[in-house]
Amino acid sequence: MVMGLSGSGKSTLVRCINRLFEPTAGEIYVDGQDVRALGTKELREFRRQKFGMVFQHFALFPHRTVLDNVEFGLEVQGVDKAERRKKAEKSLGMVGLEGWGEKYPSELSGGMQQRVGLARALALDPDILLMDEAFSALDPLIRRDMQDELINLQQSMQKTIVFISHDLDEALKIGDRLVILKDGAVEQIGTAEEILTRPATEYVRKFVEEVDITKVLTAESVMKKSEDVAYLGSDGPKTALRKMRKNAIASLFVVQKDHTVAGIVFADEVRNLADQGEGDLEKVVHRDIKTVAPDTPASELFPIMQNMSYPVAVVNEQNKLLGIIVKGLLFTAIAERGGDV
Amino acid sequence: MSFELPRIPVGKGIEAGIDFLVEHLAIATRAFSAVADQGLRFLEATMMSVHPVIVVLLATLLVFFMTRKRGVTVFTFLGLGLIWNMGLWSAAASTLSLVVVATVIAISIGIPLGIIAGLSDWVYRIVRPILDFMQTLPAFVYLIPAIPFFGLGRVAAIFATVIFSMPPAIRFTNLGIRQVPKDLTECADAFGADRWQKLIKIQLPLAKSTIMGGVNQTVMLALSMVVIAAMIGAGGLGGEVWRAIQRLQPGAGFEAGIGIVILAIILDRVLQQLAKE
Repeated sequence: MVMGLSGSGKSTLVRCINRLFEPTAGEIYVDGQDVRALGTKELREFRRQKFGMVFQHFALFPHRTVLDNVEFGLEVQGVDKAERRKKAEKSLGMVGLEGWGEKYPSELSGGMQQRVGLARALALDPDILLMDEAFSALDPLIRRDMQDELINLQQSMQKTIVFISHDLDEALKIGDRLVILKDGAVEQIGTAEEILTRPATEYVRKFVEEVDITKVLTAESVMKKSEDVAYLGSDGPKTALRKMRKNAIASLFVVQKDHTVAGIVFADEVRNLADQGEGDLEKVVHRDIKTVAPDTPASELFPIMQNMSYPVAVVNEQNKLLGIIVKGLLFTAIAERGGDV
Repeated sequence: MSFELPRIPVGKGIEAGIDFLVEHLAIATRAFSAVADQGLRFLEATMMSVHPVIVVLLATLLVFFMTRKRGVTVFTFLGLGLIWNMGLWSAAASTLSLVVVATVIAISIGIPLGIIAGLSDWVYRIVRPILDFMQTLPAFVYLIPAIPFFGLGRVAAIFATVIFSMPPAIRFTNLGIRQVPKDLTECADAFGADRWQKLIKIQLPLAKSTIMGGVNQTVMLALSMVVIAAMIGAGGLGGEVWRAIQRLQPGAGFEAGIGIVILAIILDRVLQQLAKE
């Protein structure tokens, strides 16, 4: 994710990667290949094999149908008609445009046109997607849809995507690693959180000032990891009580042997159980507890935690306990990182 | 005190140049002669081989299928009928043949030149002043060098017409290629298209309607030049006008003039329609 204001050199940078612009200095390596060393023919072949590009203003060919547009990359590679049609249709399907192949670009809305642009790049199954302000020309609502869809697609494709944007929210949402450019020079490289919490320069700090930190901080980054838990079946009430006392807490999460969350127990109930001489926690485990995914933004945690008297469990897709969030912890984490609570 | 600047021999220089070319380009001029002459004979023979009524009907049908417009179709039928009726049929056929042959030659040289100029800035820098010169030089002047090359007659007329009518084909093609949005050519590059693929698949299709506009201009200029070229023996409708001038027959002059206008309108409308598609 490369971002910066207009004139900062983002588009120039991305064009240097596939040498649409000839770099005057520096080196470019893609998969260990020195791109600058390629001759005209090799460069053409390299572009065909490695890159799919999506443009800010779509750059669809107005005289070609949607399908013919999507096929363009395959066509210049000399792929035969039947096969490229098959690939193009598959690619159109991936962006949700099956059945639109015979239309012309001018018959499509902006959002759909850019889906065609994306499909054209995907049809080649390139190693690297270059997306130059791909969503900047779209309406905010459509833009959000496209961002979500790109994230979904990326989960199944797992490609390298170089995404250019001047929209910080977009960058934070999509990007794994951000590069902030100013006047053609890199100001900072890092994850969204690193850039927000530890801006390397005054420029970056100003740049990210407006960002709502609670949208960037996730459950994972504010949770507490090394918390004692009770193991269902093996830990009895006495062990659970001891663990709570040790950590000075009034509740304890209960997990199965494989670390999936079973529920929570509260100190007073466990004490009653121990007084009755029961050896199993089973009876007092509250199973209907609230859990959140690690990428839940802090802003969504507030309403969840508002009326809860006990912590929230952060679990992964297999329901395994990753950590817990206590209300106080959440506020401290945000305050530390300079957000308004 | 009198001081006279020596006169710069512009005219002499050009004459010497032409003499040199006449002497050394004999092969080229003979080839041009052969192509132009054969083309003319073939077209004229085809048009004159069947009865005018059939040609009028065929032309009307052709115009209808090319434009799908009632107005032009009716005009074609009536206009060509009038030409036949005025006894100008063979003159019109001859003029049309001249225009077609001259245009085909002008376009087949002009469009490739325009493409090259459109793709290369330095070629364009060389071509542009030549085009300016060609277009501002009075049309009559072209007739003079045509004679030493080809003698009086129709081939000389075609040569002058080709020179006179070629500039728009070059200019419009150049313009059309240059007007293709930069992000589209960039996109073609990004997907690894080579120069030829970019030209055939992207630039030419997108420049097509501009190029057709140039073809239209070329045809119109060719028509006007073919009439002027009657002075060096082109014949046809222009020849009729020329004869009417010499004999001071305004009626005959206008008849031939109207014939030219009819041809011009039909050609223009058909070509405009083709440019739109």
